Amino acid sequence: SHANFQCNKVICWRATASIAWAVLLLPPTTAVFVILSRFSIFHPMQWLSECLSLLLSINAIFSLILLSGVIIMVGFLNLEYYTVIPTIACSKIALLGQLLHPRQFFSSLVHGVMGMVVGWCCAVTVGGRYETLGYSCQQSDDGGPSQMCLNEYHLFLLLSGVFMGFSHSLLGVIHNMNYVPFHTIQQYKYLRFKESIPLVVKCSASQALYSMRNFIVLYFFLGHIPKGWICQTLQLEVDRSAHALDTVGGLLDLSLLYHTWISGTFLLFTWYTTLQLFRIFVTEVSFPVQSSFTDNAHQCLAKVIAEKQPIILKFLALQDLALLSQHSPLRRAEVFSLSQPGGHPHNWIAVSKECLSLLSDLTQRLVTYHDTVATNGRAKSLSTGSERKNSCLGVCPLHHRRRLLQPLTAPFTPDLDSPFSSPALRRLTAPVEQCSPWHGTVQSPHIARRGHKLWSTSAGEQQIESTAPLAPRMTSFFVFNVQLPEASSQALFADSQAHIWALEGLSYLVQASFTEDQFGVVQTTLPSILSSMLVLQEAVDRHFKLPHASSKPVRCSSTMGDCSYKTLRFALRAALKTALYRITTTFGEHLNAVQLSSEHRKKLQHFLEYKE
Amino acid sequence: MCSLALFPPPLPSGNTTLCESNNELLSGLNGEDTFQVTGHDVNYIILPFHHYWHDFLHFGGYHSCHNLWLACFVESGNTHLLACMCVHHFLLLIDSEDMIAEFSQVLNWPDCVVRAFAWHPHTDKFAVALLDDSIKIYNPKSATTPTLKHRLQRNVAALQWKPLCASGLAVACQSCILVWHVDPCSLSTRPSSGCAQVLSHPGHSPVTSISWSPSGSLLVSASPMDTAMMVWDVAAENCVPLQRVGGGGVTLLSWSPDGSHVLASTPSALFRVWETRMWTCERWPCIKGRCQSGCWSPDGSRLLFSVQGESVIYALTFTHFGSSVVADLSETTFNAQNGDIVVGGEIQNLAWDPKGERLAVLLKGDPHAADRPPMIAVFRTRTSPIFELLPCGFVQGESGDEPRLIQFHPNFQQGALLTVCWSSGKISHVPFYFLSARVPHFGFNGSPLPRPQERFNDFANQSLYTEMLS
Repeated sequence: SHANFQCNKVICWRATASIAWAVLLLPPTTAVFVILSRFSIFHPMQWLSECLSLLLSINAIFSLILLSGVIIMVGFLNLEYYTVIPTIACSKIALLGQLLHPRQFFSSLVHGVMGMVVGWCCAVTVGGRYETLGYSCQQSDDGGPSQMCLNEYHLFLLLSGVFMGFSHSLLGVIHNMNYVPFHTIQQYKYLRFKESIPLVVKCSASQALYSMRNFIVLYFFLGHIPKGWICQTLQLEVDRSAHALDTVGGLLDLSLLYHTWISGTFLLFTWYTTLQLFRIFVTEVSFPVQSSFTDNAHQCLAKVIAEKQPIILKFLALQDLALLSQHSPLRRAEVFSLSQPGGHPHNWIAVSKECLSLLSDLTQRLVTYHDTVATNGRAKSLSTGSERKNSCLGVCPLHHRRRLLQPLTAPFTPDLDSPFSSPALRRLTAPVEQCSPWHGTVQSPHIARRGHKLWSTSAGEQQIESTAPLAPRMTSFFVFNVQLPEASSQALFADSQAHIWALEGLSYLVQASFTEDQFGVVQTTLPSILSSMLVLQEAVDRHFKLPHASSKPVRCSSTMGDCSYKTLRFALRAALKTALYRITTTFGEHLNAVQLSSEHRKKLQHFLEYKE
Repeated sequence: MCSLALFPPPLPSGNTTLCESNNELLSGLNGEDTFQVTGHDVNYIILPFHHYWHDFLHFGGYHSCHNLWLACFVESGNTHLLACMCVHHFLLLIDSEDMIAEFSQVLNWPDCVVRAFAWHPHTDKFAVALLDDSIKIYNPKSATTPTLKHRLQRNVAALQWKPLCASGLAVACQSCILVWHVDPCSLSTRPSSGCAQVLSHPGHSPVTSISWSPSGSLLVSASPMDTAMMVWDVAAENCVPLQRVGGGGVTLLSWSPDGSHVLASTPSALFRVWETRMWTCERWPCIKGRCQSGCWSPDGSRLLFSVQGESVIYALTFTHFGSSVVADLSETTFNAQNGDIVVGGEIQNLAWDPKGERLAVLLKGDPHAADRPPMIAVFRTRTSPIFELLPCGFVQGESGDEPRLIQFHPNFQQGALLTVCWSSGKISHVPFYFLSARVPHFGFNGSPLPRPQERFNDFANQSLYTEMLS
C-alpha cells in the first residue's frame, strides 16, 4: 500500500544516510591505518612524510573508491539482513542449519569477496613487499632468464582478508549481529556514535587477533592449496630462494603478523562502524500523533502502530508511544483528544487496542507453551489445518516463522527472485498478508507441534521439507539436537521489547489520565487494561516457575553482537510489575470502583498493599 | 535570606527534640519516662521509649520497638496525637567486644555504625546497612527482619529502594551494585544470595552513589574512580556509560522527583545536571569546592545544593536558569547554660521532605572543638508564590549523640518525618506535624501521586492552630 511504501522509504533513507556517513568516515580511518601500518619509531619525519605522500597518491584514491564500494555493499547487506527480533537457535543443529543456510552462505561468500578486496587495498597501502602479487625473480643462480614469481606476502594478506570476511559473517550469525537492539536511553546520534567508538575499536582489534590466530593455523596446514592453485592459474613460479610462509619459520615473522592484524582490525573497524551507524540511524524515530496534514496522515502513530509491516516501524511506533506517554504532555493530550466531528477517541482506541492485542498475544503464547511443557513436550497433534510448523518446544512466536519465511527461504522457492534480489525491495512491494510477521498471531494455539525440530525457531516449512531428506535422523543427529538450555524461553520472549513498550506506554497513559484525561476516554478501557495485565502477570509468573526460565544467561562479553535479547524475559517481568504498580499507586483506592472479577480484585489488592 | 541567627537557641544539654507541632519544636528530658505536653486543647503524649530501650538492651529484641513505631503510625490519626520517638539501637547488633576492638583500632570507625539508610518509597519499611556489611530490613507489618548478606556486599555506601516495586533494593558496594529482591511476604530471615542481582562494569568501582529513576525503570550509578556514570537497565542487566570530559569521576547522584533531571557532582569544583529525555548535560562550575550535597524540590523545578568549604545553600532553578544563595549558615554563637555553643559552618547533607515544606540541613561542626558539635538545622520552606526559607529549629539527640545521617520519610501523611541516624548507632524518627499548604501533591511529570489514606477530616480541628500561629 501507499502508506507502507512511504514508511519503508523512511527506513531506506535512514540506511542510506548511515551508509553515507560510513563512507565519509572512510578517509580518516584509512589515514589512521596508513600511519599505523607504516609505523617506524626511528625515522618519525620520514614516516610522516611517506604517509602523507601515500595518502595523496593515485593508488590511495583508487583504494578509497574500492573501499567505499565495499562499505556500500556492507551497508546494503546490513539493510538486507537486519532484524529487530533475534533469531534464536534452540539446538546446536539449528545453529548449524542457520550457518549452512543458502541465504546465509551467500552472505558469507559476499563477505569473503569483500574481505579480499579490503585485503588487496591493505596490501597496496602498506606497500613494500606486500604491494604486488607477482614479481620478477631469478629462478636459477646462474643468471638465467627472469620469471614472474608469486609474492606470497601479498597472497597472505588477500587470504587473511577473505578469512576475516568469512568468519565475520559466520560469527555474525552466532552472535546475532544482524539483530538491531533498541537503546536503553535516548541520545543524540552523534553522542551515541561517539560513545560507541571505543567499543568498536576494542571489538575489532580483539576479533582481528582471534581471527588472525585461526587463519595462521589454517594457513599452516592448508596454505599450499591456494598457493598452488594461484600459481597454476596465473602461471606464476614459486620463488625457491624466498622463505615459504606456510612453515613455522615463515609465520613467525613479527612484521607480517603485525600487518595482518592491523589490516584485519581496519577491515573489521570499517564494517563494525557501518553496522553501528546503521543501528543508530534506524532506531531513531518520532511520529506525530495526529497530523493536520493529510499528506502525512499515514505516518501518524495511531496508524503506524496498527500496521503489520515492516516490523521495525511497529517497534519504532511502540517506542515512540512509550516515550511520548512518559515525557510529552502535549502529545498525550492528542492521544486523549476526541475527533472533531463525531467526538470519538480514535487515537486512544487505536493505541490501546493495539497494545492490548500485543499483551493478549503474549499471554496466549505463554499459555500454549506451558501446556506443551506440561505434556512433557511430547508430540501433540492439535493440527487444525495443513499448516505444519516446528520450533523449539512446539510453539514459538509465530511471526518468527512468518517473518523469515520469505527472505530466508528465498533460494528454495523458485517463484521468488534470485538470492541477489533484495528482500528489502520485495518487502516494499509484497502484499501485507504474505510477509506480515504479526499476521495471524491469533492462530497460535492452533499450530501443529512436533517433538523434534531440525531448524531454529525461524525455520519455515519449506525449509524443513527441502532439508529433511538431506539430513536423515541418525543417532549422531540427536547428539547435536540437544536443546540449548533456556533457548526456548529466550525464543518465546524474543520480540518482548514490543510488549515492554506497550506496557510502559499503557501504564504511563493511564497514570497521566488521572489528571489529564478530560473526557474520561481512558476510564472505559481501564478494566480491560487491568485484567489483561493481570492475566499476563499470572502467565509470566507461571512461566518463571519452569526450569531454566529463571536461570540467568551468561553475561556476554563485549562483542558487537548485542545480547540484550537474552534477558528480555526478565525485563518484561519487571516492566509488567512496574506497570501494574504505576496504575495502582496512581489510582489507589479508586480502583475498587473498577469492574473486575473477584480473582483479579484479589490480585490487585496485593499490588495495592505492596505485597507482590 | 535566612540565617542561623534567626533560629531559636539549641536545647540545653540533656534535652532531646521530640517532634514539631503547632509550629513549635517540642523537647523532653532524657531521664523522664513519660512526657506529657498539654496545650491548645490537644494532648501530646510522648511514649516512654526508654523502657523499651532497656527491654531490648537486655533481651536484644526489636518487636517492642516495632510495636511502638506501629502505634505512632496507626494512632496518629486520632484526636490524641501521639508523638513518638522510636529508637533502634544498633550497637546491639555487633558483638560488643568486636566493636570495641574496631573502635580502638580505627579512630573514626564508630562514626559509621549505620552506614546507609533507605526508606521504602511507598510503604513504611526501611533498610539499614550496618558496619558488618549486612543489611537489615525493618517492616512494621511483619515480625521478621530479613538480614541480607552477600560475599560481594562490602563497604556499602548507599542504599535505595526501587520505586514502583515492593521488593527491589539497590546497594552500592565496593566492587559492584547489588539489587536485592526481597519478597515482602517471605518469612525467611536470611534471603539467599541468589535473590541478589550483581551489576558490575570494569573500572566502575567503588560505587559511591546510586539513584533510581522515579519511574522505576532505570538506575544510575557513580564511582569517583570512573569518569563515566552508568545508566542501568537493571532487569536486562545492561548499562550505558555516559561520559563527559572534566571533573574526574562522579561522586553523588540524585534523580529529581519528577524524573526530568539528574544531579551528578564530581570530585572537582564542577557538577552537572543531566536532562533525562535525550541525556545531555549542563556544566555548573563552582568557585570554591565540589558540590557536597544536593536535594530537589518535589516538582523538580528547583535544586538546592551546598558546596564544600562554603556555609551557604544555593538554589538552582530550571525555569529561568541561574543560581542564587538562599540561606547563610555561617557560624553563629548561642549562649547556653553550660557555656557558649557555636552552630554553623560547612554543610554535610541536605534533605527536603517530599511535600517541600521542611528542609533539614546537617551541619558538619568541628570534631576537634567540643563547642562546635554537628547539628541538624530545620527550615520551613515555601515554594510559591516565592521561594522562601524560614527558621524552624534545631533537632538534637541525647547528650553525646551526634547526627550522622538524615532522611525524610517519603510519604508521611501528617506532615514530615525526619529520620536521623546518630553516632551511637541509634536511629530516631522525629515527626513534624503540619498541614500541607500545597494540597495537590505533584508527582511524576505533573501527574499527581494521590495519597490513598489521606485523612484530612481528622485534622480539621488542628489545622486552625497551624494557621493561626503561622
